[in-house]
Amino acid sequence: MVPKKKPDIQQMVQKLLTGDRRSAARLITLVENEVDEHHDIMRLVYPHTGHALIIGITGAGGAGKSSLTDHLIGKFREKDKKVGAVVVDPSSPFSGGAFLGDRIRLQNHSQDEGVYIRSLASRGNLGGLSRATYDVIRILEAMGMEVIFVETLGAGQDEIDIVQIASTCLLVLTPGMGDDIQAMKAGIMEIADIIVLNKADLDGATTCLRHLEAVLSVAQESQTSWKPRIVPTVSVASKAENLRGIDELVQTIGEHQNYLRSSREIDQAKFVRIEHELGLIFKDELQKIIFKGLRGTGKKKKYIRSIMDRKNDPYSVVDEVLNTYLFSGK
Amino acid sequence: MKKLKNPPDRKTAAAQAGDCNFFRNLSGFCIKPVYSIEDIAQLDEKTDLGRPGDYPYTRGVHETMYREKLWTIRQLGSLDSPSRANERIQHLIGLGATGVSICFDMPTIMGRDSDDPLAEGEVGSCGGVAVDCLDDMRHLLDGIDLEAISINFVSNSQSAVILAMFVAVAQERGVPLSALSGTMQNDILKEYQAQKSYYFPPRESMRLTVDTIQYCSQHLPRFNPISISGYHLASAGATPVEELAFTLANGFTYVAEAIKAGLDVDDFAPRLSFFFKAHNDIFENIAKLRAARRIWAKTMRQTFRAKDPRSLRCRIHTQTSGSSLTAQQAENNIIRVALQSLSAVLGGTQSLHTNAYDESYSIPTPRSEKIALRTQQIIAHESGVINTVDPLAGSYYLEAMTDEMEKKCHGYFREIEKLGGVISAIEKGYFQHIIADSAFRYQREIETKARIVVGLNAYVEQEDTEMEMREIDAEFEKEKIANLRALKQNRDPHRVQACLADIRRIAQTTQNLMPILVNAVEANTTLGEIIGVLREVFGEFREASVY
Amino acid sequence: MSRSRKIRILIAKPGLDGHDRGAKVVARALRDAGMEVIYAGLHLTPLQIVNTAIDEDVDAIGLSILSGAHKTIFPKVMKLLKEQNASDILVFGGGTIPKKDWPALKHIGVGRIFTPGSHTQEIIDYLSIAFEAERAK
Repeated sequence: MVPKKKPDIQQMVQKLLTGDRRSAARLITLVENEVDEHHDIMRLVYPHTGHALIIGITGAGGAGKSSLTDHLIGKFREKDKKVGAVVVDPSSPFSGGAFLGDRIRLQNHSQDEGVYIRSLASRGNLGGLSRATYDVIRILEAMGMEVIFVETLGAGQDEIDIVQIASTCLLVLTPGMGDDIQAMKAGIMEIADIIVLNKADLDGATTCLRHLEAVLSVAQESQTSWKPRIVPTVSVASKAENLRGIDELVQTIGEHQNYLRSSREIDQAKFVRIEHELGLIFKDELQKIIFKGLRGTGKKKKYIRSIMDRKNDPYSVVDEVLNTYLFSGK
Repeated sequence: MKKLKNPPDRKTAAAQAGDCNFFRNLSGFCIKPVYSIEDIAQLDEKTDLGRPGDYPYTRGVHETMYREKLWTIRQLGSLDSPSRANERIQHLIGLGATGVSICFDMPTIMGRDSDDPLAEGEVGSCGGVAVDCLDDMRHLLDGIDLEAISINFVSNSQSAVILAMFVAVAQERGVPLSALSGTMQNDILKEYQAQKSYYFPPRESMRLTVDTIQYCSQHLPRFNPISISGYHLASAGATPVEELAFTLANGFTYVAEAIKAGLDVDDFAPRLSFFFKAHNDIFENIAKLRAARRIWAKTMRQTFRAKDPRSLRCRIHTQTSGSSLTAQQAENNIIRVALQSLSAVLGGTQSLHTNAYDESYSIPTPRSEKIALRTQQIIAHESGVINTVDPLAGSYYLEAMTDEMEKKCHGYFREIEKLGGVISAIEKGYFQHIIADSAFRYQREIETKARIVVGLNAYVEQEDTEMEMREIDAEFEKEKIANLRALKQNRDPHRVQACLADIRRIAQTTQNLMPILVNAVEANTTLGEIIGVLREVFGEFREASVY
Repeated sequence: MSRSRKIRILIAKPGLDGHDRGAKVVARALRDAGMEVIYAGLHLTPLQIVNTAIDEDVDAIGLSILSGAHKTIFPKVMKLLKEQNASDILVFGGGTIPKKDWPALKHIGVGRIFTPGSHTQEIIDYLSIAFEAERAK
């Protein structure tokens, strides 16, 4: 049975489709907070998505992700594209709050009607990406954004998640910070479609570049025929003429997109992405259902206590609960 | 919100916090119950103390200090319009001030003319003078004997232009430049670290700074082209030892840059001056100033190989701590200012500004201003502390504290060096991070009563302190804008254009910009126009978010 | 953690003034109290502030003004919010804003003004209470 939709959600989505910013902002808040209408919203929004270019930007803090995003937004605006950006900052594990400060680097665009920037807190998700991130991006798509940047935390292994969301992934490294080694260790380099060597004007940049090239050529066991490109850039400069590599970066992104389109990989990649997202949603929803079912019965507490006392174990608990609540048709 | 009337019982509080946490100064140093001769066992009288006026100047930069000449009583004299500011300055001189500080309004500080759209609503703000053009400088300095009064211009990013105007006015009056004394604050590094009134990127700003230093060393030998400031770092949250370390590091950076530009260290170093804050802890302040002199002298001699003894002397201007003042029970501030001033004098400051007690909520009234001034005069004439130089030398506590300050500074110097120097550390947010952390910690200490502020979180009374801000005079803003328009109509536009073109050209070379700036202000080019061109050539700096 | 509604606050410094110690301390305190703080930085125009507030769907805007320009800036911000149908966003302020100016600000819809020396807990309480009803939803 199709549940009755609350009138304001429908209206909001209607407005969203016309490009209304306030509706977009409000809908994003609603999906971030996973309100009851969450699924209804996404049901209405989904048909209007799938066409935007989604670019992931990941890398350690201080590497210059925000300044790169700033310039890339500018470049795509020059091509008359509507651009969205989702920038993620970590939530405090203690208070649950967050200091979202990336916008400072993006202030150039705060008066541009063709740009929409949203700051998200990671809310406990290590790499900053959660189901909500997918949905926020979709809302921006439905709003009319043609290019959407997603900036993650650079938290390490969980950055791998970015491939699930973006079709082109940029990994931002800087010379001499050792994050190239870290990235290698974490296996992250392989997931990047483009490695951006930012602050390429620093000492040691050339060495770092050669080192990266060497690593890529050796470590590579490409499952695809796209060889990750390295683009040196200088994203922080007081004058436009001192910036470097931005045009090349835009071009390389274009080349990657062309490659995806021309090979059959784009479909395969999309397939995997959707599969992954389904998994996330299933996981989430099932968890919700189970814990909702246990609520008020006092059973959850009992279960946890019995595990603590070693009278029971997590696996038996799960089996028992699933058998009772899921498979018995309750 | 409930506030405890009285602070908690000290013995209990100390036991709870742990002695070291309770008996800590603002710099975080653990203070022992008693200091004794063992604490200064390592002190070498010759190399660590010296005699006053002798290397390493720990005990003072002059042999006789206040016995022969008192510190300069330097009070702030500004008001929105140049002529009103001029009146105030004359008034202060009449009261006995031997030097004045002039600060500027927000638009001038940010390099914008009064008619700039961004200046709207802020012309004459913060009790600062709106200076757009040479005429404003003329009015400001009208009737003031430039050879007798020492003027401190609280100007930073736009210092080169203000200096040019000062020079132009002096020349007009026939005052020889070599007779001009005073100071230009001109400390751009602390802007990036704390006060944030920067415009150009760090390296370009340094060029301007070095230009002014070079120009002054050649033409204004009695003028201090720079006042390397810790005050603002402290106001932004830096603890005294952080203030000391960062200020000295900045100072060394200016020296290094000037030398890199081809200047001989002894040609300019004698005129470098410093500006520190006197916060509440009396001994911490004194130790800070003594450590400053010692570290500066040693480094200038050993690292920069300065030979002229004047290059080794860290001359200091001190201001009592604005951030320690409360709006609540404001008269208590008179005592705070008195104690802070005393510590500055005991620390051997060369000049002193005392805050008015109502400064936490208002531009000083004539009455409060007078009390501030009298505070200095009473210390000078009645307290007896000036009768001998560096009276507290040899105190176990003080010497131990001075040593600790010095040691901790070297720790910071090493960290900064590892980051590639001050400018590099600025770009990496090093100072901003530490300062923000200290600011937050201080706020927490006050809120948890780990730190007591009388009248604020202890001995609180119900009261209604009304803040009295000087109204931004909307009429004045209109008048200023009208004057500016008239100026632009009546001046020679070709001459102005030629000057701006020259500025643009010279800014792209390594040539000193000062001469062309003097020409430009004489041609009635405005501050905003000059800074505008420099912004185009040098670019603008935008900081990353650091909290 | 991800399912609870967070209070979102925009902290900004409009105009030319660069003294950001207070703004940063407040931003950090709010974060420690569990709020999501969008720190928009220095030297912003009222339009930039309002646009940011709307796009970020904040519950409140906190303006730090130490230059005395509050009499021009607050009205501009309130006007822009109204024009964009966003008057439900609470606007509060901090800095050197004298009490005698508060009635005029209140009249145009500005919320509380926090003077120097205010306890950060006061600000946290003010915002928590203002949006408690929202959070309970």
